[in-house]
Amino acid sequence: MRSLLAQAWAIAAKDLLLEFRSRTAFLSALVFTALVLAIFNFARDPTAVATIDLAPSILWITFSFAGVLALNRAFSLEKENRAIDGLLLSPASRTALFLGKTAANLVFVGAVEAIALPLFALFFNVPLLGVLGPLVLVIALATIGFVTVGTLMSSMAVNTRFGEMMLLVLVLPFLVTPVSAAASMSAKIFAARPFAEWAPWLKLLTAYDITFFVICTLVFETTVEE
Amino acid sequence: MTAIPAAERALRRSGAWMAVALVLVAGVYVRALVFTPEEATQGLAQKIFYIHAPSAWVAFLACGIVGVCSLLYLFLKDARLDLLAASSAEVGTVFLTTVLVTGPIWGKTIWGAWWTWDARLTLTLFLWFICLGYLVLRGAVDEPGRRARYSAVLGILGALLVPFIHVSVLLFRTLHPKPVVLQTSRPQLPGSMLLTLLLSFTVFTIFFVALLVRRYSWARLRDAQAQSQAES
Amino acid sequence: MPATADGAAPLLEVAGLAKRFGHVRALRGVDFALRAGESLAVFGPNGAGKTTLLRVLAGLLKPDAGGVSFGGARLVRGDAAHRRRVGLISHHSLLYDGLTAAENLRFYARLYSLAEPRAAVARALAGVGLEVRAGDLVGTFSRGMVQRLAIARALLHDPDVMLLDEPFSGLDQRAAATLRALLARLRAEHRTMVLVTHNIDEGLELASHVAIQVAGRFVSLGARDGDLAAYRARYAEATSRDA
Repeated sequence: MRSLLAQAWAIAAKDLLLEFRSRTAFLSALVFTALVLAIFNFARDPTAVATIDLAPSILWITFSFAGVLALNRAFSLEKENRAIDGLLLSPASRTALFLGKTAANLVFVGAVEAIALPLFALFFNVPLLGVLGPLVLVIALATIGFVTVGTLMSSMAVNTRFGEMMLLVLVLPFLVTPVSAAASMSAKIFAARPFAEWAPWLKLLTAYDITFFVICTLVFETTVEE
Repeated sequence: MTAIPAAERALRRSGAWMAVALVLVAGVYVRALVFTPEEATQGLAQKIFYIHAPSAWVAFLACGIVGVCSLLYLFLKDARLDLLAASSAEVGTVFLTTVLVTGPIWGKTIWGAWWTWDARLTLTLFLWFICLGYLVLRGAVDEPGRRARYSAVLGILGALLVPFIHVSVLLFRTLHPKPVVLQTSRPQLPGSMLLTLLLSFTVFTIFFVALLVRRYSWARLRDAQAQSQAES
Repeated sequence: MPATADGAAPLLEVAGLAKRFGHVRALRGVDFALRAGESLAVFGPNGAGKTTLLRVLAGLLKPDAGGVSFGGARLVRGDAAHRRRVGLISHHSLLYDGLTAAENLRFYARLYSLAEPRAAVARALAGVGLEVRAGDLVGTFSRGMVQRLAIARALLHDPDVMLLDEPFSGLDQRAAATLRALLARLRAEHRTMVLVTHNIDEGLELASHVAIQVAGRFVSLGARDGDLAAYRARYAEATSRDA
């Protein structure tokens, strides 16, 4: 067990070191996020609809797209020099590979979200400080949900003809539950509704995260072994 | 070599079953259109129900088969399970499309709106996306072994996703009051309409099985041909 | 350091390996046994299944039939214990251009759970003459240097068997000469090796045993008992016969 986590940690650390050095993917995700937020601002009529009503949708569309953009990097960086073979050649378990990649993706997407959230609050004048706790919980759970499935899908998509487009097509239906749950909960949180009103969504999202984390970890080996 | 003639025979047999199934479908529609009374409030448009509901049942059956075959494939690694799953996904997509087309047509005539995010139609829409993704994935992978493995993974994940989407959509509808009250539950049907409905469910199931077997036979034939070509 | 050649028991034994991809049978039954310190050169045209054979030996592919044994212990196909005992050098470097040489090796040392990673990395770099470039990004290396670092990576965990897949491809004269010297040194250290290539001019002098693989099978296998010209003739005959 300890060596599994040690190997996963080694893989995640390697991914993050590479990412930190090149910074291209991270900066692209940030620029994309800022662009999406700006477009939302230009596209709406502030007198017709109150920002606070649109806020959850804007937030979650931004996070979803930035998140899917980020997912591609996990396995595409292993294509160069067939580095993936090096990982598969080693005695590191396939589970460790999946956990390491997912962890690196979570850190990466989390970092993008951590910058996007204050930007969002700034551009749309959304008072976040009072509700930061529950909001961060919701963001964390939803991100775990779509990053786990997205990491598995990207291990397949990278070997197909269409690459990044394939990832988008595969992952989209799996975004429904985490994003709809997160958007609904965010709306309730921004409107300062009582916890009981969004508790059912929280249960659903938690069940989703647990189910798909387990399943994805179990089937990952099939996508890399031949 | 010897697999091809057997596969061709299977394909011809399946063709005969298809013909029988099509005759039955035609028969049920004659009954539905001519011999079944019209519904009072909805009029002629209600007859779409006899296509819409059985298509939905058959589509979900098809997706269930994809899920089960995918799971079995991961353990048994039998290529025939993969071919069956692929055939079922294709046939299922056809019926899902039927549901998604007949639903709005029916909705427009009785509710005045093409799309209303009705719980069942929305679930069908996302199932359609999953099936489409499955077919696109199959088209994007050349090597048959890898294609089978990837399809099986997506099949299992897709099957598991369905209950979650169902609950998501339901939660969304109950916690967000809708402006229009929609009658989506099955109406109480008088005897002869109920009989027509049951007949159409039966006939559609037969039609689905015939279509699935035909598609699967064709897939087996193509596979046998590819094999003999690879060996020559 | 591996043990010196043991007279009796084979170190690496392969029996009845078969592997198909869809309808293509890449391996149709391959058998051989290597004692410690021996090295096998497998020659064959493109499409003969040589890379497939190597990937099965490396534990990257699971065979449909047959198995690979190390030191008599039949291992579960392709599991971690199997992978620990082999090292692979292919024409891809399996390295990260964005990391330094030392960082690449340190990463692999962690994956192999080596007891003293820093010492192992230093030793490996010294072994291929790259200690001075330890802190440089692999992306700045020449092809020859990359290949040397790849060898260092493959030797890091002191594998029982070294597998080489077309190691000379893409190398210029000088780099090829350096590689040949390195491999000759490994040979002198009694490393057990399996080398596959379509070019019979490379690697023949490194081999103690030679096999010719065509269409997924060995059509010839035996101790090296001739010079380059003899093997060239035999190779030409074998490949034209089965073409």
